[in-house]
Amino acid sequence: MYRIGSGAGFSGDRIDAAQSVVAAIAAAGQGGAVIFETLGERTLALGQIAKRLDASRGYEPLLEDILAPILSQAVAAGIVIVGNFGAANPPAAARAIQALADRLGLGTLRIAVVGGDDLVGKIDLTRTERWDGDGRLPGLQGDVIAINVYMGASAIAEAIAAGAQIVVTGRVADPALALGPLVAHFGWAWDDLDRMAAGTLVGHLLECGAQVSGGFFADPGVKDVPDTANIGFPIAEVEADGSFVLTKAAGTGGLVDLRTVKEQLLYEIHDPAAYLTPDVTLDLTEVELEELGRDRVRVSGARGHPAPDKLKATVSYYGDWLGEAEISYAGPNALARARLAVTTIKARLERRGLNLAHRADIVGTVSAFDSDAGDLLAESEPPLAGDYRVRFAFGSASQADVNSAVQEVNALYCCGPAGGGGVRQSVRPRVRTLSHLVARDVVAARFHFAGEPE
Amino acid sequence: MNARTVKLHDIAHGRSGDKGNRLNVNIIAYRPEHWPVLLAEVTEARVAALFAHRGATRVTRYELPRLGALNFVIDDALEGGVNSSLALDTHGKCLSYLVLGMDVRVPVEPGDGHEAEPVLQTAR
Repeated sequence: MYRIGSGAGFSGDRIDAAQSVVAAIAAAGQGGAVIFETLGERTLALGQIAKRLDASRGYEPLLEDILAPILSQAVAAGIVIVGNFGAANPPAAARAIQALADRLGLGTLRIAVVGGDDLVGKIDLTRTERWDGDGRLPGLQGDVIAINVYMGASAIAEAIAAGAQIVVTGRVADPALALGPLVAHFGWAWDDLDRMAAGTLVGHLLECGAQVSGGFFADPGVKDVPDTANIGFPIAEVEADGSFVLTKAAGTGGLVDLRTVKEQLLYEIHDPAAYLTPDVTLDLTEVELEELGRDRVRVSGARGHPAPDKLKATVSYYGDWLGEAEISYAGPNALARARLAVTTIKARLERRGLNLAHRADIVGTVSAFDSDAGDLLAESEPPLAGDYRVRFAFGSASQADVNSAVQEVNALYCCGPAGGGGVRQSVRPRVRTLSHLVARDVVAARFHFAGEPE
Repeated sequence: MNARTVKLHDIAHGRSGDKGNRLNVNIIAYRPEHWPVLLAEVTEARVAALFAHRGATRVTRYELPRLGALNFVIDDALEGGVNSSLALDTHGKCLSYLVLGMDVRVPVEPGDGHEAEPVLQTAR
């Protein structure tokens, strides 16, 4: 049996999450792995921008905060650390980890750096196919910041087999973070598709951290979760046949049951018979779940089919500017005053001839469900009196126009409806992304050990 | 069949996720006896209607009877997706609750306390 835990589900996750996971795996005394998933669809582009400004940056900003509390224990217990926290600059992340190890008195660690995901200069985007999920989005103009392909688990597995204590990657498919150590431990064959599917399923359930152990789940009175302030991150106890038990460390909050596992099983899944990854096409339709006891769910029945011919790459562009500004209206007739603020700003944008997309939400009515056009607000009948916050958003290639629009919201202080207060505003550059499909033969996943030649 | 109307939220839970401008929403029955209700009531057409105002172009429903779960894949429902949308919830993470707010008809079993659904409100 092999234990894998999750230490992070995204960049910005709880930095103390890994401690109970590593402690529990260490206590079991058989080694294992802890994985950190810290890359979203735009995180990597932000890393590229940071790297251009400073060649020593571009990796996960919280890397030292995440690893400092667990590095010594993981190394001592033979727990492999695998993370995509290298982002745009895995070599720099490896140097930062070694510097941390030096400070902790751990000596030189075997830190593997996985590369090959960066395709800038290696493909002609005009000759690649857009991923169909983004098919109706307009083409993007402007400079490409980054092109990163989702790679599979092979380089991670090879690095661990070669003795890596830590594996730092950039863009890899999230489940590969778990499949890599499992292949290295069990020696599963890459053409054993059901095992590949099982390992991919382990990764899929772990990759979002606490989402499978009671995080993003609590619905008070309906789906209650104990001690949400101390949610335990998940640990998978994986058998050689690929079946596994999902659990979490004793003494932590959260819960692992059939409901939490089902929600995460289908999270970000399209066709459940064909979840596409670089390593395998995972078929979830025969998966069986069995609740063995408190916070223990057995998962089996993953089936594998051959991996897709093409790999998905995220193309990130320097895009436009996003401006946001908010103002509150409360008390008698607050909704009418809020609506007047919306129509006032719309008219001001037209009068000034600003070239931008805009949206207004009246928070407290239907903001989260509404469209840019405000259809639901137009049809709904919320109470006239209340406590409403009007939130405007502006998008444009012109920073000046976005600044002007935000300024118009600020001007509501003197020129708008009665009793408006609490304006907050921001303007920031926005990275935009589109997904493309690329041929496998342009991708060369590889690793080297930090301090050794590539 | 005696039936009563409840919110889908009363009999099912679910979570939404995004990839680009494509949204998925899973809907999971708490109890096996409500699986047929999901199949009958939570249709592609009804989900498409919920997202029509956001410009959804296609809804595909996948059925997972072993889990008592449906998975809806909804194209072009995210106002451009996380890196382009002007919406507050750019990921669409709130949107499972848009589906869970729909009304569904559930059969009334003898003894579950709901068979005497009043047709007329009596005077107080």
